Amino acid sequence: MHHITDYPATLSLVTFLPMAGVVIMLFIPRGEERLHKIVALITAVATLGVGVFMAATFDYDRTAALQFYVNKEWIPVIHSRYIMGIDGVSLPMILLSAVIVVLVMVYSLDHIPDPGNPKAFLILMLVLETGMNGTFAAQDLILFFVFFELVLLPMYFMIGVWGGEQRQYASIKFFLYTAFGSALMLLAFLAVFFQTNGNSVPDGFSMQYLVESAGTLPHSTQLWIFAGMAIGFAIKVPMFPFHTWLPDAHTQAPTAGSVILAAVLLKLGVYGFIRIAIPMLPYAAMKFAPWLGGLAVIGIIYGAFCCLAQTDMKRLIAFSSVAHMGFVMLGVATLTSFGVNAAVFGMVAHGLITGMLFFIAGSVKDRYHTLEIRRMSGVLKQAPRMGWLLGLCAMASLGLPGLAGFWGEFPAILSSYQPADGLSEATFRVFMVVAAIGTVFAAAYLLWLYQRTAFGEPTEEFAGHHISDMHLAEYVAWTPMILGILVLGIYPNILFHVTDGAVNNLLVAFGGN
Amino acid sequence: MFAQLAPWSSPTVDYHALAPEIVLASFLVIAIIADLLFEERQKWATSTIAGIGLLATLVPIVTLSVDSGPARSMFDGAYVVDDFSLVLKALFCIAGYVVVLMSANYVEEGGYYQGEYYTLLLSSVLGMLMMASSRELVSMFVALELLSIPAYMLAAWRKRDLKSNEAGMKYFLLGVFASAVMLYGMSLLYGVSGSTRFADIADYVHTAGNQPIITLAVVFIVVGFAFKVSAVPFHTWAPDTYEGAPTPIAAFLSVASKAAGFVALLALLFGAFPGAKDVTEPLFWVLAAVTMTLGNLVALRQTNIVRMLAYSSVAQGGFILMPLAVIGDSASAREDALTAVITYLLIYAAMNLGAFAVVMAVSRKTRSAEISSFGGLFLYAPGLCTLMTIFLFSLAGIPPLGGWVAKFAVFRALLSAGGNWAVALAVIGVVNSVIALFYYANVAKEMWFNPIPDGDATPIRVPPPLVAALGITAFVTLLTGILPNLVLRFGDLSSLVSSAAGR
Repeated sequence: MHHITDYPATLSLVTFLPMAGVVIMLFIPRGEERLHKIVALITAVATLGVGVFMAATFDYDRTAALQFYVNKEWIPVIHSRYIMGIDGVSLPMILLSAVIVVLVMVYSLDHIPDPGNPKAFLILMLVLETGMNGTFAAQDLILFFVFFELVLLPMYFMIGVWGGEQRQYASIKFFLYTAFGSALMLLAFLAVFFQTNGNSVPDGFSMQYLVESAGTLPHSTQLWIFAGMAIGFAIKVPMFPFHTWLPDAHTQAPTAGSVILAAVLLKLGVYGFIRIAIPMLPYAAMKFAPWLGGLAVIGIIYGAFCCLAQTDMKRLIAFSSVAHMGFVMLGVATLTSFGVNAAVFGMVAHGLITGMLFFIAGSVKDRYHTLEIRRMSGVLKQAPRMGWLLGLCAMASLGLPGLAGFWGEFPAILSSYQPADGLSEATFRVFMVVAAIGTVFAAAYLLWLYQRTAFGEPTEEFAGHHISDMHLAEYVAWTPMILGILVLGIYPNILFHVTDGAVNNLLVAFGGN
Repeated sequence: MFAQLAPWSSPTVDYHALAPEIVLASFLVIAIIADLLFEERQKWATSTIAGIGLLATLVPIVTLSVDSGPARSMFDGAYVVDDFSLVLKALFCIAGYVVVLMSANYVEEGGYYQGEYYTLLLSSVLGMLMMASSRELVSMFVALELLSIPAYMLAAWRKRDLKSNEAGMKYFLLGVFASAVMLYGMSLLYGVSGSTRFADIADYVHTAGNQPIITLAVVFIVVGFAFKVSAVPFHTWAPDTYEGAPTPIAAFLSVASKAAGFVALLALLFGAFPGAKDVTEPLFWVLAAVTMTLGNLVALRQTNIVRMLAYSSVAQGGFILMPLAVIGDSASAREDALTAVITYLLIYAAMNLGAFAVVMAVSRKTRSAEISSFGGLFLYAPGLCTLMTIFLFSLAGIPPLGGWVAKFAVFRALLSAGGNWAVALAVIGVVNSVIALFYYANVAKEMWFNPIPDGDATPIRVPPPLVAALGITAFVTLLTGILPNLVLRFGDLSSLVSSAAGR
């Protein structure tokens, strides 16, 4: 595959520009809170500007090629190079990450959670952005690993310092789980490197080299290596049964943290499957696909049941993420171009919708100081605009046609009717049926949530209170997300058009269908 | 009668090769004389002399490493100055310098003897420099004693404190015992091979194959050094000694003294025992697995930060031992193992010294070494808190901090060797790195998430030498994490590997 090397500095810029903001902020005293917010916002907007430039100059006719490609010396001793490049799968993810960070910054202008200290909070957010953008751009396994891990520390502190009551437990659980996964993943990376004689070429850790040479490894070796990578990525997704860190982390994280966690961080795992594990080890991917698909549909049903049992709004949204990522992983497990395209779409859609739901949950908490569903009622009466938005997002989340969520779920279910050649059709059709039942549950828990919180009269507890409707920062932060949900829902092809070529290229080992 | 003896000719001495030792020894003497001449209130200057001495020693080390000639070998190959020894000599000097910086205010304000302190510290570093070059049993033993005996005394330097007395006494008794065991092993080896030079021993071991007596000798010698690197079950001195000793000395023991032990092990494994891999490989496999697991599990339960760092350094030692369990498998595995050990030692030195330096800075205010005394550090000393976070998570191996490169190099060496045993050890290592994360994160939690225990939020005044120590260590920790090539290439040392080739 030919690379496009125009504007080679773009990816480094989109990755490291946030760090420039961090360096500036380090020299500003802690008391200058406004200045910190402005510097952080400008940095995030500038990064998004680079992202927009990237989207504008991206060659949409060759989405399978790695664009803005750079290949520079980094650690020659271990045959790892600084290789960055994006194709049609990475581009939407980087844009999503850049947009979300800007919106979260806007939201943070007047929503710095306790115990305050915007300097540290915003610095962590910018470090997080570097890690996320870098992960989506890296084309070398070691580089990927470093960026993948870079998101751990900021998130740990964000949950631990600015989180809710159980923040210490949630943050360490998140940290230990993901660190364990990525350590295993690193072993798998090393194993694939040595098994393919990566030592004999200067770019032994480059994804391109490994995709070309790892497919011929002995089958048992492939299985072991895939297992190592799969655990690392599955924890990050998170797939059932590795999901237990997620509800705690999501619930305890401050609003900004939850939004970034849902919108971008959960995508790193799926992205790892699509970008690394599956193209590199096609034989093992075939063998593991039924298991991945099975765990995915268990996740869908399990997540839905857990949602039905929740009494806390934020925790309910967190469990709905488990279910949604189940749909995404089901699409991936079919190993078809249709399914993986649906998965990428599902990731973007879930990022926007669930991110939005967490935003609303955060604002509800600010006003009512509780997220307990049974203590709330009649949000539509007290804050009608916010109530309607909650309704829209709940509809989008349950997969109403015409909104973005539909195009993630529906094709994923459909694709499992006809999985890749060599996979058992019977098994996947069972998965299809189970997943379809899952959508019914999704409708149930989301509508039930909406009904209990938004409809009816305000409860006695809050009846006399004045609940303010949306503020300026909320308007500015939320509008682009709502627009995204609508536009992607009405005209999904703007995204499928970008991802399709790249997905076909990644699945070339499976014949593509 | 004398005429019958072969005429004795003095060996040729390569003064350039010996220059680092000569420079350091001269400064050692200057420090003693200065201590005699200076009045009490001027004695702080001895720390400056020691610092300058260690930096001056770096000059010949640099000129030697720039010189591209072959390795300089003296005294029949008993004392070799090659790239391997130069990298480690530089490490010892810089680590020693950081320890001097950490000691400056501590020793002066504590009212301890200053001249003697720095003299002993320099002697110990001198022993380490010798250790890096020794390729012969007797000179290795002399180097070991030269670096250990001053350390026994330094550990007991806070002589008015019972804990410090205990620290020195415990360290001394166990150390002497280990030396005795090791000497016995050496005597066995000399007895069967008829030589004390590593090259001759290697030849003998290679041809003689597996004899019980060789096995016994190898095990005894390894045990002697296992004590130095505080590998389980020879680690029991470490926590008590670190806790009781002056904090800079605890840092010195956990970094420089430990590194010296590893240097000796490397020289032995590559120089003398390549033929005995059937003995050394299982031995180091078990030592590594037990050391990191036990070290980590016990560290989980510690409430005193110095004791926690002691057990953490035991566990880190286990990590460094891991590559030694696979050195016999292939030439490339051997190379990767050497790279891994050296890389780990260099990065570990920076991050561990840094962590101790923060502990010292904080305890200047809190007068306590309990982990709970770090509560709310973020609120009154955000800089120190950030630095400590960097050092701790670097020790845990989280990218992009230096520690990940060290851990990566170790895993790389194991998987490069391949095979079920190596992979199994790597998986044990992974599990351990997660356990370790828990107690490092626990301190971070205390500093960032918890309130100040006594509510006293006055900022900490950090004396300039300690600031310099923190700056050096933090800089190295961060830089090596982002540009790993800076340190990984120091491990690319072919001369020692090739000396082991073919056996």
